[in-house]
Amino acid sequence: MSTSRPRPLGLIGATLALLRKDLLIEWRTRARLNAIIFFALATLLMFSFALGPDTRQLEKNAGGYFWLAILFASVLAMGESFRVESENACLDGIRLAPADARAIYLSKALGNALLLIALGIVLLPVMVALYGVKVVTGFVDLGTVLLLGSLALSAPGTVYAAISSNARARDVLLPLLLFPLVIPALLSLAKATSLVLQGDPMNQLGSWLGLLLGFNLIYWGVGFVLFPRIIED
Amino acid sequence: MNKLIKWGLPVVGLGVLAAGWWLGLAWAPPDREMGDVQRIMYVHVPLQWMAMLAMFLNFVAAVTYLVRSTASWKLDSTAEAAAEVGLVLGALGMVTGAIWGRPTWGVYWSWDPRLTSEAIMLVTYTGYLVLRRFVEDPDKRATWSAVVAILGAINLPIVWFSVRWWRSLHQVQSSPKTVDPQMVLCLRVSAIGLLLLTIAMLMHRYRIALAERRAEVALPEALPGNGPAASVRDTPKVA
Repeated sequence: MSTSRPRPLGLIGATLALLRKDLLIEWRTRARLNAIIFFALATLLMFSFALGPDTRQLEKNAGGYFWLAILFASVLAMGESFRVESENACLDGIRLAPADARAIYLSKALGNALLLIALGIVLLPVMVALYGVKVVTGFVDLGTVLLLGSLALSAPGTVYAAISSNARARDVLLPLLLFPLVIPALLSLAKATSLVLQGDPMNQLGSWLGLLLGFNLIYWGVGFVLFPRIIED
Repeated sequence: MNKLIKWGLPVVGLGVLAAGWWLGLAWAPPDREMGDVQRIMYVHVPLQWMAMLAMFLNFVAAVTYLVRSTASWKLDSTAEAAAEVGLVLGALGMVTGAIWGRPTWGVYWSWDPRLTSEAIMLVTYTGYLVLRRFVEDPDKRATWSAVVAILGAINLPIVWFSVRWWRSLHQVQSSPKTVDPQMVLCLRVSAIGLLLLTIAMLMHRYRIALAERRAEVALPEALPGNGPAASVRDTPKVA
């Protein structure tokens, strides 16, 4: 009872401590958030140039463009999230702390998801202005889609970012590994977002959200189990 | 490797495959609706079956590699051989499918669940093989590629179900009960021939991969590149 040794943090405590550290770094530098916001804005703008100024066409496909912009930006953000740790061998330091490797995974993946949610919140008004979309079924539905989507991209993305940050040609490797993997998520996100933006007369939104939820459960679970093997040495 | 197996297996495999294809081209009746076009089935379907088998072998090897506590180069080499052979077979299966699709559906390609998930499978395993080329440290390469193999394999059924919610065009598998017995026999003979050939290819590729692993572990200095090879040299492992 009177031991002076500090008690080791549990899994949740370590996750929260690491997450706070990452968010603090992000808040002090705002390097990643600024970069991905401007990258995603440029991507949204490029889509409207690629298609010409046909607003009806843009509005019809807005859900897909929105998530493609977030996906492209997420590759930058997630690659950077491990590059920070490889400077000065910070990852080794965290593991010696000692932090559970699974806590590192949870904190990184949650941090990346939070970043993507922030990005989505910034992009939405821009999409209203550029593409002329309306939120038909309400902001609760939209928020659910954004939450599930950001979590779905960051769960496998964080695993692959940890791998590719140590490989040669890491900038090529991450999208090459990640893009085929997130196709089911991207498909359901694009569908669900267009249902939110254009109305859902057939009540299809629930089934796409269910698919997203299943995707999240599988990849958060698998990532949680497999991640310690990736950063072991 | 036993010399009899090394030379006998490919020769017998080629012989059986040739017999199956000859039977399929000359002996089996043409399809009632598709006519002679259907005969590509004796090439296309065995290719896809064997590609699936190889990918499944890759998945099993990856899971076993990660479950075991010690690094097993045999399992890693099996995974590499299976992914490479499976990718070749799958790509050939896709090409033959496209050749069949053009006269039957009128297009080479359509975005139906079967074709979409096949395409994503090929891209997934291409990424897997690219990752293997880009990591020089054999230990890390084996672990990471096993993780990627598992994530990719889990993804394929999800892709299948997600794109199924679009609409479907590819026919479902025919049951042997509803197909002419001559067709069933030709398909089975072709499949057995290709199975023997696939086993032969897997064995050769496995042998090469294992020799590469042993050379890498024995001579880390001889590795291409500078970064990871140096780290291997600095921390000699008891392999």
